[in-house]
Amino acid sequence: MRKTVIPFGPQHPVLPEPIHLQLTMEDERIIEAIPNLGYVHRGLERLADIRDFHQMIQVVERVCGICSMIHAACYCQGIEEIMGIEVPPRANYLRVIWSEIHRMQSHLLWLGLFADSFGFESLFMQFWRVREKIMDISEATTGNRVIVSVNVIGGVRRNPDPEQIRWVLAQLEWVEAELQRLENTMLEDYTVKKRTVGKGVLTRQQAYELGAVGPTARGSGVAQDARQTGYAAYGELNFEPVVETEGDCWARNKVRFRETLASIDLIRRAVKRLPEGEVRAKIKGVKPPNGETVTRVEQPRGELLYYLKGSGEKTLDRVRIRTPTFANIPALLAMLPGHFLSDVPVVTLSIDPCISCTER
Amino acid sequence: MREEITAVSAEALVGEAATLKVLGYRLVTLSCTEIDADTLDLLYHFDKDLRMKHLRLTAPKSEAVPSISPVYFAALLVENEIQDFFGLRFEGLAVDYGGTLYLEEEAIKTPYCRFSLRTAESADGPAAPGLDESAAPLSEGAARDRKIP
Repeated sequence: MRKTVIPFGPQHPVLPEPIHLQLTMEDERIIEAIPNLGYVHRGLERLADIRDFHQMIQVVERVCGICSMIHAACYCQGIEEIMGIEVPPRANYLRVIWSEIHRMQSHLLWLGLFADSFGFESLFMQFWRVREKIMDISEATTGNRVIVSVNVIGGVRRNPDPEQIRWVLAQLEWVEAELQRLENTMLEDYTVKKRTVGKGVLTRQQAYELGAVGPTARGSGVAQDARQTGYAAYGELNFEPVVETEGDCWARNKVRFRETLASIDLIRRAVKRLPEGEVRAKIKGVKPPNGETVTRVEQPRGELLYYLKGSGEKTLDRVRIRTPTFANIPALLAMLPGHFLSDVPVVTLSIDPCISCTER
Repeated sequence: MREEITAVSAEALVGEAATLKVLGYRLVTLSCTEIDADTLDLLYHFDKDLRMKHLRLTAPKSEAVPSISPVYFAALLVENEIQDFFGLRFEGLAVDYGGTLYLEEEAIKTPYCRFSLRTAESADGPAAPGLDESAAPLSEGAARDRKIP
């Protein structure tokens, strides 16, 4: 049969950021997808040459706005490991709380965009309405809505008082109730299932072999989440990953929806055990990083890895960032063949692509 | 680093990667660092049950490194990325972008090299096939002082 090559992106109504997929079609069916990147690459890793290791926190926060807090937490965690700094327990718990707030706003943003990808505009509006409450929590506890900038080497720079924490818990109760109202529509509605069930299937074997991470892997039954390593205070919170087994767009949707509710639960547990005390270790007089490390955390989209190397100077020799979307692109290429062109927006959105992260 | 690092040669690399795949390891990614004007440090990161393992390959820039993408398809993008940013050539890539995954023809050719930056203007010939061409090395001090273009 005659083949047709169709470009999907870099500009497409369903894509908030530019990525180009070169789709080879036979009639209406995709037989191959090849990605093209580089439309907005910023070379942020190279800024490590001229920004000192403290200033690099502001740089890594700008790799991606949606998960800026988690980028900074990962970077600080790596530097603290090289420098042998012990983070105060309260700071570790606050990192967990802000990480989960960030995960919720990212997942709610995605849930809205995903609904939009199959034309369910009112559901899109509902999820973004709920998300606003999370943005309010970020603003009230950190001073910013998106790039919250709370991490420093040795801890965090903000310390919410008990009154603020009670207010946060009250807001989360409202969020939880609203999400429960939307649950049946997002997970059981006929039109949602029609567009997502059986679409973009990734088997457990494929997910593992292709290096998929985050909800993309967990939607295929791979029970792997970097929070299981117990970094920050996750080791003290009996964390269990959310896993689904169908491997399709619907399963990835279910994982993210359930993870949003699980984040509320994690915040409650963290608040219950939140210790008193300092939130920032003193690092004056400690020599700049000398050594190398690989450190990982769980971003909303999956495992985030930093490789950091320093030689005792203020600037680092190397800051290498492997973001989750970069790891999930090979899985996306495996999901698309066999589908109709009309399924491409839904399948592509189902990995929650963050091109800002990918083109760091 | 807390985890185990195993030094490998270019000849043994693909075999080691294949062994790890049989043992059930997932490829996490590769990290590349320029050591000096002639040498790159490649770290291959693997994971199994949340425990990491690393392979370390010290590679001369002038020689191609075998691609592990035939074993781990997931290596495809990161190997192309290193090819773009450090000018190291990978042999046997599943899809070879020829140095243009991120970069355009007129862009700087090895933008992540601190000691041996090569620009499109300073390069002879086309950039993509010429990735293995030797670059004019900068002194260590000059490399440190140089601002990012």
